[in-house]
Amino acid sequence: MSKLELVFKEKSKRVLNVYCTAGYPSLDSTMKVMGSLQKNGADIIELGMPYSDPLADGEVIQVSSIKALANGMNIAVLFDQIKDMRKSISIPVILMGYMNPILQYGFENFCKKAKEVGVDGLILPDLPLFEFEQSYGKIITENNLDFIFLVTPETPVDRIKKLDSLSNGFLYAVSSSATTGKDKDFNVVAQYLQKLQAMQLKNPILVGFGIKDKATFDAATLHTQGAIIGSAYIQQLTKGGDIETTTSQFLNSVLGA
Amino acid sequence: MNLFNVDENYQNPTMEGYYGDFGGAYIPEMLYGNVETLKTQYLQIMQDPIFQAEFQYLLKDYVGRPTPLFLAERLSKEIGATIYLKREDLCHTGAHKINNTVGQIILAQRLGKKKIIAETGAGQHGVATATVCALKGMECVIYMGEKDIERQAPNVARMKMLGATVIPAKSGSKTLKDATNEAIRAWINEPNETHYIIGSVVGPHPYPDMVARFQSVISEEIRKQLKEKTGNELPTHVVACVGGGSNAAGAFYHFLNEPSVNLVAVEAAGHGVNSGLSAATTQLGTPGILHGSKSIVMQTSDGQVVEPHSISAGLDYPGIGPLHAFLYESKRGIFLSATDEEALESAFHLSKIEGIIPALETAHAFSVLPKMNLKASDVVVVCLSGRGDKDLATYMEHL
Ligand SMILES: Cc1ncc(COP(=O)(O)O)c(C=O)c1O
Repeated sequence: MSKLELVFKEKSKRVLNVYCTAGYPSLDSTMKVMGSLQKNGADIIELGMPYSDPLADGEVIQVSSIKALANGMNIAVLFDQIKDMRKSISIPVILMGYMNPILQYGFENFCKKAKEVGVDGLILPDLPLFEFEQSYGKIITENNLDFIFLVTPETPVDRIKKLDSLSNGFLYAVSSSATTGKDKDFNVVAQYLQKLQAMQLKNPILVGFGIKDKATFDAATLHTQGAIIGSAYIQQLTKGGDIETTTSQFLNSVLGA
Repeated sequence: MNLFNVDENYQNPTMEGYYGDFGGAYIPEMLYGNVETLKTQYLQIMQDPIFQAEFQYLLKDYVGRPTPLFLAERLSKEIGATIYLKREDLCHTGAHKINNTVGQIILAQRLGKKKIIAETGAGQHGVATATVCALKGMECVIYMGEKDIERQAPNVARMKMLGATVIPAKSGSKTLKDATNEAIRAWINEPNETHYIIGSVVGPHPYPDMVARFQSVISEEIRKQLKEKTGNELPTHVVACVGGGSNAAGAFYHFLNEPSVNLVAVEAAGHGVNSGLSAATTQLGTPGILHGSKSIVMQTSDGQVVEPHSISAGLDYPGIGPLHAFLYESKRGIFLSATDEEALESAFHLSKIEGIIPALETAHAFSVLPKMNLKASDVVVVCLSGRGDKDLATYMEHL
């Protein structure tokens, strides 16, 4: 059983996945941020690999990406930083990023290296289904990495089923068609999540985009197994201060602990 | 490579939008619905006789087509070859960009869209988009890099006068790449009612093919006009500047499968190809993904997109359309470049010897003529993609 499957086996409600940008706020803060997330109640870490032109991301994550790049982050540096992460991080770690930097690194090498350092899965928003099925999917599977597709309220039912069948670990439900960091009307979102839930998909569902506090986390997880928080956490890190304190305050406020 | 085997691919990408290795649709799932609708419908809509009737009518009576093919006698004498100018600068709004926006606005209406968004570099595509939105009574939002808003002020004023909202793109180099990022993000945020009119042969499939087809009227007319003027519909060379590559794609389109016609694409070298301040994508780039398609991209070895430089906002872009990447790789196209300084010189020179003030983008195309070793028997068509009114502020600095 994969690490991601184990998470959902042990916990079927209120699974919390938190996004952070590698190399942000400072180049060597990556492990510290991950450690704080694990310690303060995150069940999964989504580690963003910064890119100069992140199309699916709103301003907060864009700014953190630009800063991380200026700090000197890149894929090779990241793999070096997390090469021993499994000595301290036991929860699943998913890499999120855009195709171009990965292609330059070498897609196959990237998957090998990710597996080697203990990464569990990948979220690549600009790797579409067609390209996945053509070539990339095989390489991901061969390296025993879970791949997580996104679905949106506009995704047709047949396509949701297909994306679910090719995903492993969980399915990423974007709360509405939007970039990250936008506010959402959760009544509308609830209907969509109920529809997803009723489809009896293979994977558990985590909701992302627009989850920022206890109220939105509660609303999002009412109909699903959990949720993903990104921009709201990055905003807290941007304020500065001690990473451990910031993380514990923020996660406590979201989880209502 | 045997060109005859791949000829067909130049005009017709695969079902998934590939020209050789280049193209495709590398888009987040949030855009899937919109792009899929376009992909399954664009050819059908464009081939519909009612669509064609309206498109042809607007091209003729609104845009002012056909644009003249003008024999530039003094320039010809100087260069030592026969040089014709395809006068896209005489299109309504002053550049070829409107050929595409007229097509896409009718398409957007067919798709039931209420609002249009677009990116712009030089502002010509923004003006052309704002213009057709005014014509059709559609809401129009234009994303433009902050730096370009400054250097192309007259076009910003025109867009506003035409009723468009101009939103400054403040990220990155604050130029065309960033305006495109912002436009795509805006589209992600409101996909249902909005159509995104991309201004060049870039973006996810089907945009590169769709825009090339709308612009192909340029070469369709060149063939007819050359036949009338010379008895031969084929020139020896077609020369065009390349930002994303839409005027070049349009000027090349009906010659792509004519191996005797040399297709010359001119990129912006900025301060010089190896100066670190350049936008000569094929010379400096490597295969990569930008704005939803695989092409040649200026990037670091880590795959971060590099900020380009060109004096002309319309060529200040770190990529090229996938068709051009394929033309480059297969050697069907000849890729040359011109520096900022050479382009300025050409703009002043063309103004003096032919009485035509070209856009800075277009001026790049003229800069390579003396370097092409042309023969007296050569018949060269230069795509005069736009007029220079928008660049007067820059020109005035060099008077
Ligand atoms: C007059 C003119 N020519 C050329 C271009 C470059 O675009 P493309 O390469 O798509 O023709 C522009 C873009 O703004 C333009 O305004």
